[in-house]
Amino acid sequence: MTYLDHAATTPMLPEAIEAMTALLPVVGNPSSLHAAGRAARRVVEESRETIAEAIGARPGDILFTSGGTESDNLAVKGIFWARRAADPRRRRILVGAAEHHAVLDTVTWLAAQEGAEPVFLEVDPVGRVHADTVRKAIAESPETVALVSVMWANNEVGTISPISDIAEVCREFGVPLHCDAVQAVGQIPVDFAASGVDALTFTGHKLGGPLGVGALVVRRDVAVTPVLHGGGQERDIRSGTLDTPAIAGFAAAVRIAVARQPEQAHHLRRLRDRIIAGVRARIPDSILGGDPDGGVDRRLPGNAHFLFPGCEGDAVLMLLDAQGIACSTGSACTAGVARPSHVLLAMGFDEETARSSVRFSLGHTSTAEDVDRLLAVLPGVVERARRAGLLAAARR
Amino acid sequence: MRVLAAMSGGVDSSVAAARMVDAGHEVVGVHLALSSTPLSHREGARGCCSLEDARDARRAADVLGIPFYVWDVAERFRRDVIEDFVSEYAQGRTPNPCLRCNERIKFAAVLDRALALGFDAVCTGHYARILEGPDGPELHRAVDPAKDQSYVLGVLNRTQLEHALFPLGESLKTEVRAEAAARGLAVATKPDSHDICFIPDGDTVGFLRSRLGDAPGDIVDSSGRRLGSHEGTYGFTIGQRRGLRIGMPAPDGRPRYVLDISPVTRTVTVGTAEELAVAGLTGIRPIWCGTPPSGPIECSVQFRAHGIAAPAVIEVSDDEVEVEFRGPVHGVAPGQAAVFYSGTRVLGSATIARTRRITPRSTTAC
Repeated sequence: MTYLDHAATTPMLPEAIEAMTALLPVVGNPSSLHAAGRAARRVVEESRETIAEAIGARPGDILFTSGGTESDNLAVKGIFWARRAADPRRRRILVGAAEHHAVLDTVTWLAAQEGAEPVFLEVDPVGRVHADTVRKAIAESPETVALVSVMWANNEVGTISPISDIAEVCREFGVPLHCDAVQAVGQIPVDFAASGVDALTFTGHKLGGPLGVGALVVRRDVAVTPVLHGGGQERDIRSGTLDTPAIAGFAAAVRIAVARQPEQAHHLRRLRDRIIAGVRARIPDSILGGDPDGGVDRRLPGNAHFLFPGCEGDAVLMLLDAQGIACSTGSACTAGVARPSHVLLAMGFDEETARSSVRFSLGHTSTAEDVDRLLAVLPGVVERARRAGLLAAARR
Repeated sequence: MRVLAAMSGGVDSSVAAARMVDAGHEVVGVHLALSSTPLSHREGARGCCSLEDARDARRAADVLGIPFYVWDVAERFRRDVIEDFVSEYAQGRTPNPCLRCNERIKFAAVLDRALALGFDAVCTGHYARILEGPDGPELHRAVDPAKDQSYVLGVLNRTQLEHALFPLGESLKTEVRAEAAARGLAVATKPDSHDICFIPDGDTVGFLRSRLGDAPGDIVDSSGRRLGSHEGTYGFTIGQRRGLRIGMPAPDGRPRYVLDISPVTRTVTVGTAEELAVAGLTGIRPIWCGTPPSGPIECSVQFRAHGIAAPAVIEVSDDEVEVEFRGPVHGVAPGQAAVFYSGTRVLGSATIARTRRITPRSTTAC
């Protein structure tokens, strides 16, 4: 199989598998007071320290969660509730228009249920949120802002936003900034303290760790109201028995992914640029989604996103799947139904063009052969999908 | 062959797909998403468009070991089936949305896309048979008379039939269920779907009222005498007997039926079974499975999904079909499809435009 969907999930690193499986037979609840509990707790705390060191945070900043969606929910709801409790005027949530659904739908829910006022921050045609946009939105009435949430790197088109600049603007107004960095950690340099971000989401399975474990990194001075109530295991902000083996696997993956990041990014960028050049040469009317400048602070090294006007993305996906090539249309699914991506719509594409999108994402197991395979098969697939698309258009 | 198996998540389409796999075809399962807000459709397990049905279809595909995708045809379905359904009722006619879906969605939009993407045929779980005749494929009734669905497939032309596969046509429903269980398909015990899939609670009148609003009017007898009132002509179908809510009984104590629906004057006319009786009808938009018949021919005509087929003589002229029944028939409503059979074979179909009553009062035109 040619696996080109690493942004969905990437294979576990052998070191992470080893760290995790070694602990599966070991009994011990990290909250227990006896020797078995202490041993488990030690693993959790060592993992916390490992992760903190890798991403420039203090161990106490790290809250373990079940993954990116939970971390996003906790950050957005938790900070909103805490900030509004401290000052009822704070109802506005400033959020990037191209955020992941885990952020966007949380904000929409808060608007419907909790009286939040969402403000969608415009993205430019490559999907980037600019610091000026954030400044303008806050400045309209700084005292009513509960929080700002902007993703580090976009999951569909791979565009990196200037998070440090945005954090500086937020800091200036004394407004907390949450950043969904699920696609960024391990792919590009992420330093929590240096970034100036107040809360940062990331997850294990996007960087070679296990599924079902992630983290929210929150500065100690940022108040967060809990979403999950119970034993209060994680700083009384997040309850639930900690998954010791998964956390150990997560930590191993973070350590290795961050250590190898510069080298891997270099490798992936070369493969990615070959895909982009190859697709453009073979399918001249294809459109590259996201930033054509593939620079380190502009586009994720492993992301190649295209629109093939006249095709439906899911037809391309199906035909590639039949040839053993895995990719994504890039948009979220309900029961597997492809909807035009809100990211592409926010970037200014019309619905029909947005439906023609296909994302190839590279990761630590990607090879030059994968790229060759894709480039050999893709032109024929796009041609066929286009015939099907034209027929559908003619019948409309 | 490369076969696209349309999988609704029900027992029939699952077994149909399984048989195609057994026959050695390269099968890909596709669930057609008919609603852009799937939860609003049906949360139970009897439809063909809820998230639950999509999951059931996916699980069946897993068991069969075939690839599975969901195709979004919601916009197409809304426009060609749901809006058509509403508009037909608004004009006093009685549409059959399943037939429309086969004509416009399953064997048009989906089949076209499948062929363009490199498939050779589309397979469904319909109970009908395709038999090779002297001039090509012929559509025939299923072996199981209780399940026969050839009526809703009467809109297919020969080209569509050439690319259609109905693997259940020779089987009884009980056999299909047993086979599903034997194959380890979890849908083996799933109840059959009966209702209109986009009206999950089965309240067709309520659905139409929500779309068309209240449009109260009179219920009268054939002499024009007012017998009662109604909230909208869309709540009625010609031949309907129940739910008329007429206070007074008929003078002769015999049951009354809906004879006429006039949305313009908002009038529903009721009368006796004799008044309802029809001698013939005119069909429009004929679709033939093969060359159109020339000259008057003997056949039987079915005008409801689960109705009887009445012997008749039909004559085809231009874009119309004249049907003369051998004896009086009841409950023929404009908007329904008249499907023409020769023995078990489907010759074609037409949409009923007008009927000719035996009692003189009446040509019903809508």
